[in-house]
Amino acid sequence: MLNRQLAPDFKQVSTINFIQPTQQALNNSIPVYTIYSGEQDLVRIEFIFNNVNWNVEKPLQAIAVSAMLNNGTSKLSAKDIAEQIDFYGAFFQTEYVQDHSTVTLYTLNKHLASVLPIVKNVLADSQFPQAEIDIYIQNQKQKLQVNLQKNDILARKEFAHALFGDTAYGVDIQAKHYDELKREDLISYFRSAYAPDNCTIVVSGKFEEASFHLLNEQFGRNWELGKALKNKFNFSLVPRTAIYKDRPDALQSAIRIGKLAVNRTHEDFPGLQILNTVLGGYFGSRLMNNIREDKGYTYGIGSGISSLQDAGYLFIATEVGAEVCSAALTEIYKEIELLKNELVGEEELTLVKNYMLGSMLGSLENVFSHADKFKNIHFFGLGYDYYENYIKKVKSITAEEIRALAIKYFNKEDFTEVVVGKK
Amino acid sequence: MVDFNRFTLANGLKVLVHEDPTTPMAVLNILYDVGARDEDPEKTGFAHLFEHLMFGGSVNVPNYDEPLQRVGGENNAFTSNDITNYYITLPAENIETAFWLESDRMLSLAFSEKSLETQRNVVSEEFKQRYLNQPYGDVWLKLRPLAYKKHAYRWATIGKELSHIENATMDDVKAFFKKHYTPQNAILVVGGNVKTAYVKEMAEKWFEPIPAGDKYVRDLIQEDLQTESRNETVKANVPLNAIYMAFKMPGRLNSDYYAFDLLSDILSRGQSSRLYNSLLKEQKLFSDINAYISSSLDAGLFIIEGKLVEGVTIETAEKAIWAELDKLKAEVVTDNELTKVKNKVESVLVFSEMSLLDKAMNLAYYELLGDAELLNQEAVEFLKVTAEDIKRISNETFGREKSSTLYYLTEKHA
Repeated sequence: MLNRQLAPDFKQVSTINFIQPTQQALNNSIPVYTIYSGEQDLVRIEFIFNNVNWNVEKPLQAIAVSAMLNNGTSKLSAKDIAEQIDFYGAFFQTEYVQDHSTVTLYTLNKHLASVLPIVKNVLADSQFPQAEIDIYIQNQKQKLQVNLQKNDILARKEFAHALFGDTAYGVDIQAKHYDELKREDLISYFRSAYAPDNCTIVVSGKFEEASFHLLNEQFGRNWELGKALKNKFNFSLVPRTAIYKDRPDALQSAIRIGKLAVNRTHEDFPGLQILNTVLGGYFGSRLMNNIREDKGYTYGIGSGISSLQDAGYLFIATEVGAEVCSAALTEIYKEIELLKNELVGEEELTLVKNYMLGSMLGSLENVFSHADKFKNIHFFGLGYDYYENYIKKVKSITAEEIRALAIKYFNKEDFTEVVVGKK
Repeated sequence: MVDFNRFTLANGLKVLVHEDPTTPMAVLNILYDVGARDEDPEKTGFAHLFEHLMFGGSVNVPNYDEPLQRVGGENNAFTSNDITNYYITLPAENIETAFWLESDRMLSLAFSEKSLETQRNVVSEEFKQRYLNQPYGDVWLKLRPLAYKKHAYRWATIGKELSHIENATMDDVKAFFKKHYTPQNAILVVGGNVKTAYVKEMAEKWFEPIPAGDKYVRDLIQEDLQTESRNETVKANVPLNAIYMAFKMPGRLNSDYYAFDLLSDILSRGQSSRLYNSLLKEQKLFSDINAYISSSLDAGLFIIEGKLVEGVTIETAEKAIWAELDKLKAEVVTDNELTKVKNKVESVLVFSEMSLLDKAMNLAYYELLGDAELLNQEAVEFLKVTAEDIKRISNETFGREKSSTLYYLTEKHA
C-alpha cells in the first residue's frame, strides 16, 4: 500500500560541472572566450565593452549609444540594418547595464558569414543620424513619462540615487537629460568605448575553427582603437535615510529597503547570498512566508544581493496594499532583527542549502547559461575556484556564521528606506 | 526536433516523456485543461485563484513547497483563458519527489480555510499590482468585453472585478476541483535526464491509483460573427494617448493560424517590420507600436496597440493604422518579406529547443491541441504559408465591421 504521507528518498546535489571556456585572441588582441556545445547548430556572440569616461553632465551618453547603435552607419540605414539582420533570422541586441554595454548576436550557424559583416559595420562605423536621435529623444521621453507613474520604478530610482548619488549606478535620469543629448557626444562616446582595446568577446554554442576565422577576419582588423578610461567609483555607507513619495491615488505602495554591502570579490559574498536566500531569496523565504503566505499583504516580496564592479548592495523590494504598508514595514524589520538575534534552525538551514545547490545546478541549463556563469566571475578577476568555494560554503555554513553575517551587515541604522505610494 | 514517448494510464491521464541526457535536471509539467473560459460569469477569476490554492497543501502533504525546496527543486504555475499549467524543475535524481507532490494534489487538496483566506488577499493584491495600480494596466479588462459579447473570453484570467475573488467560498473551491482536476483532464510531461521506463513506473505508482473522476465536457457559447464596428473611449490618469484595436481571428487549430502568426510578424516583429518603420520611424505618429495574436483555442484576437506621440490626434493615428492594414488587403507581400519572417520563425524554433522547460510545456500544450507531434510539424506549417494566404486572411480579418477599437486617453487632454 502506497504511503503518501512519507516523502520519497532524495539526495543532496553532489557535483556540479561547469563548462569552462577556451581562450583565443583575434589579431588585434581582442580576447575571445568560447563555451562550446555542439548540440544545436547555432551560436551566441557577445561583444562586451566596459562603460567608460563617466561624465555626470552627460549621464545618458553610454545609454543612448547602446540604444541607438543599430540606427545607421555610413553604408547602411537603420532600416537596412534591421532588414538584413531579420532576413537571416538573426537577433541583434544591445544592452546597457551599470558596468558594461553589450552587443549580442544570436544566429544559426548557416547565416553566420552573412551577418558578421553587418555587425562589424555597426560596431566600427555607427553614425547616429540626427533624425534618428530626434525620434529616440521623443520616444524615450514618452516612455519615461509612463515609467514615472509606476511606483516600483520610482522606488528603484530613488533608492539607487540615495545609495550611489550622481554616478552611473545612481543618477536619476530626467526628461531634460534627453533634451540635452548631442550627436557629437554620442559619436565621441562611441569612438572611445566601442573599440577593440575595450572589448571582450564571449561566444557560446557550436563555434568551430572556421567560425573563429570568420570572426577574426571581421573584428581582428580595420577597427580603430578608442580612448577609454574605465569608470571607477568609490562609495561609502550613507546614514539611515527614509524617503517617502506620496502618491495620492495609490492602491499599493512600493517599498525598497537596503544598503551598500560587498561585491563578489569579498570573502563574505557567498555567505551573504545564503543569508539573503533565508531572508527573501526564494519562494519559501521568511519574507514570503510572513508577508505573503501568512498575512496576504502582497503578491510578492523578495530580497537580493547585487554585485557591481565598484560596489555591492543588499535590498528588499515589494509592492503591498496601501492600507497595510506600515504593517508590512514593521514585519520586514522584524524579520531582519530575528536573523540577528536568533540562530536559523537546523531544518530550515538544510532546506536552504539543498535548495541553493539544486538552484545552481538548474541555472546551468544550456551553453548560454554556462557562458553567463563565466561572465559573472571573469569581470571580477575571479576564476572557477570561486564556484568551488561557493558550493563548499553552501554545504558547510553554520547557523552561527549566518547570524554573525546578519549582525555585521543588517544594521538598521545603515538602511535606506524608500516608500512610494501611501503609508 | 523534440522526441518523446507517450502512454496513457488506466485512469485516463496522458503521460509524455522527453529524454534529454544532456542535462542533470528534470522537469515535471502538468497541464490541466481548464482556464478562465470555463468559469461561471458570476465567479470570474476563479481558475486563477484556484491555481494559487493548489499550493496550499494537499490531503497527505500539508506543505507543497517545502519538501520540494528540500530536494533542490523549484516550481511555478500560470493560468490563461484556456489552460492552467504547473511545473517543477529539480535535480533529475530526485524526480520521485515531484511525482509524490504533484500526484497528491491531484488526488485531493487539504482545502484549508486559512489558505483560501490568504490567497484571496494575495490575488487581490496581484489584481491591484498588475491591473489597477499600473498605467494602462486595466486595458484588457476593457478590451475583452468590447471584443467579446457572449464568449467567456470577455473576461480576463484575473477576473472581471475584485469582488468575485473576495467572495469565493470553500464550496466553490471544492466543486471546481471535482469538476476539473481529474486525471482525464490533465496531461503530464516529464522531461530531462530521465528514462521512459522509470517514468512509467513512477506514473503508475503515484498517479494511477487516483480515481478517474467524471469527464468534463466543455460546451461554451461561441461568439456570433461580428458585423458592426465597436468603439469605446476611456479617460484615465495616464501620460499618453493610446489606441488598441482588436480583430477577430480563428482559433488555434484553424489551418490559417500559421499565416496569422506570420502576418503579425510582418506588421510588428522587430525593427524591420512595417508598423515600426512606417508609423514610428517615418510618420512619427507613435512612440510605441505593436501587433500580436492572442493564440487562444477558441476564436481569438489580432491586436494592434500603440502609444501616440504627443500632439498627434487619435483620428490621425487610427487612420494611419488602417492605411497599413488596407495595404495588406490590396497588395501581396513580396517574396523577400515573407522569406524574412519565415527565416525568423525558423531561428526562434531552433533557439526554443535550448530550454528544457519550454520543451516540456510545449509538448503538453500540443498534446492538448490533439497531438504533441504537431510541435515538430510547426516549421513545415510555417513554410507552407504563401503571400496569397497573407492577402486573403488580411481581407477576411481587417474589416471595419470586425474591429473593436479602444481609445485610451489621458485626462489631461480632456
